[in-house]
Amino acid sequence: MSEATVADTRRLNSKPQDLTDAYGPPSNFLEIDVFDPQTIGVGRNRFTTYEVRMKTNLPIFKLKESCVRRRYSDFEWLKNELERDSKIVVPPLPGKALKRQLPFRGDEGIFEESFIEERRAGLEQFINRIAGHPLAQNERCLHMFLQDESIDRNYIPGKVRQ
Amino acid sequence: MSFFGFGQTAEIDIVLNDAETRKKAEHKTEDGKKDKYFLFYDGETVSGKVNVTLKTPGKRLEHYGIKIEFVGQIELYYDRGNHHEFVSLVKDLARPGELTQSQTFDFEFTHVEKPYESYTGQNVKLRYFLRATVSRRLNDISKEMDIVVQTLCTYPELNSSIKMEVGIEDCLHIEFEYNKSKYHLRDVIVGKIYFLLVRIKIKHMEINIIKRETTGTGPSVYHENDTIAKYEIMDGAPVRGESIPIRLFLAGYELTPTMRDINKKFSVRYYLNLVLIDEEERRYFKQQEITLWRKGDIVRRSMSQQASIAAQRFEGSNSETASAQAKEESN
Repeated sequence: MSEATVADTRRLNSKPQDLTDAYGPPSNFLEIDVFDPQTIGVGRNRFTTYEVRMKTNLPIFKLKESCVRRRYSDFEWLKNELERDSKIVVPPLPGKALKRQLPFRGDEGIFEESFIEERRAGLEQFINRIAGHPLAQNERCLHMFLQDESIDRNYIPGKVRQ
Repeated sequence: MSFFGFGQTAEIDIVLNDAETRKKAEHKTEDGKKDKYFLFYDGETVSGKVNVTLKTPGKRLEHYGIKIEFVGQIELYYDRGNHHEFVSLVKDLARPGELTQSQTFDFEFTHVEKPYESYTGQNVKLRYFLRATVSRRLNDISKEMDIVVQTLCTYPELNSSIKMEVGIEDCLHIEFEYNKSKYHLRDVIVGKIYFLLVRIKIKHMEINIIKRETTGTGPSVYHENDTIAKYEIMDGAPVRGESIPIRLFLAGYELTPTMRDINKKFSVRYYLNLVLIDEEERRYFKQQEITLWRKGDIVRRSMSQQASIAAQRFEGSNSETASAQAKEESN
């Protein structure tokens, strides 16, 4: 039997794919939108809230659809909780814009339309990056942020089990 | 001029007896350039001639001895002063005296042991060379000639496939398989990735070959990783049940055989790194060591014989007409 010099490059055998797997809905559906900024309050006690709407089919999330209102400081709280408890490198938030909060500005400061839009886009990117991270998906603080009506700052930090 | 030893009074050069017939191999030098050197294997005899040419004929050359050495040594870049010689052979060519004219000396190192392959790496170098020396009072005249040594292996008896199921719980489960664990330098890595569970948004998947050079021992061990190859095997998001094939030809890359603990000084190991990248640029990877070995060249078969072998592979059955035709042609 002569030794062949042509390499065997045939594919390895694999199981044929089930049609329901091939054409079924993907198991990785996760969409979070941050929109509809509303400025509430008057004078110096004004603040802006954003609607955070989530649609998903990931089993780790209790609700497949949720809709809550959050403000910038809520996002900051989430960032701090994750930096302390999870092992992920938390992405940056859009800036705090302290300069915009100083008096004697020509414009509306942090309630300027263009600034709110910039901030909205940054917050949307931030929350999508975190919610898609396998090591952050089971954090209690993230579930509370996305799916509970209001954030209980006295909650007990920990992991969510499926 | 020769008072400072600036202009040499004589020149030495080394010529191998089989310089016409011996094959040369390309080898990278320390600064990255590629040069050709004579190729030797373990056990081969190294023989040749040393020519000592006097620059000014008639002028005598006093010397304290002429010798030739065959040296195999390991040089660690961070410790240049200390060369670790693992092969050191000497042949005396002339006793102390004087040369009145140019002379040629024969030498032979019979069946020299060359246990390791020549290697030039990031932090360590293993080389073999001949060094001819004319010893003198103030300064010696010497000449070095590097050679390249390659270590050959035959097909390993045991060559199991690599098959593993890995993943992140409830997020990503894959089963990967590579057809062998030991590959020769011109082999093909044939494998597949089977997706059992995909709950992340994958953008693409690639396979990398990583070379890890380890130098030093004990507390001062240093690893230098180098990605030799990056080969994309999948573009897009897979779903559960999909199987992605792998076919990676090794001949196109600069690889050396796996070297384990050479003379207790260094190692060179290779790893396959399977990397999945998701839409947020997060990387999920699984590294697996493979053993690389050097196969000796075998006699080339005729083109039609090679074609009939390939046809049998493709059809998966014996093609009687093709092999009969090949037999006829080779007769």
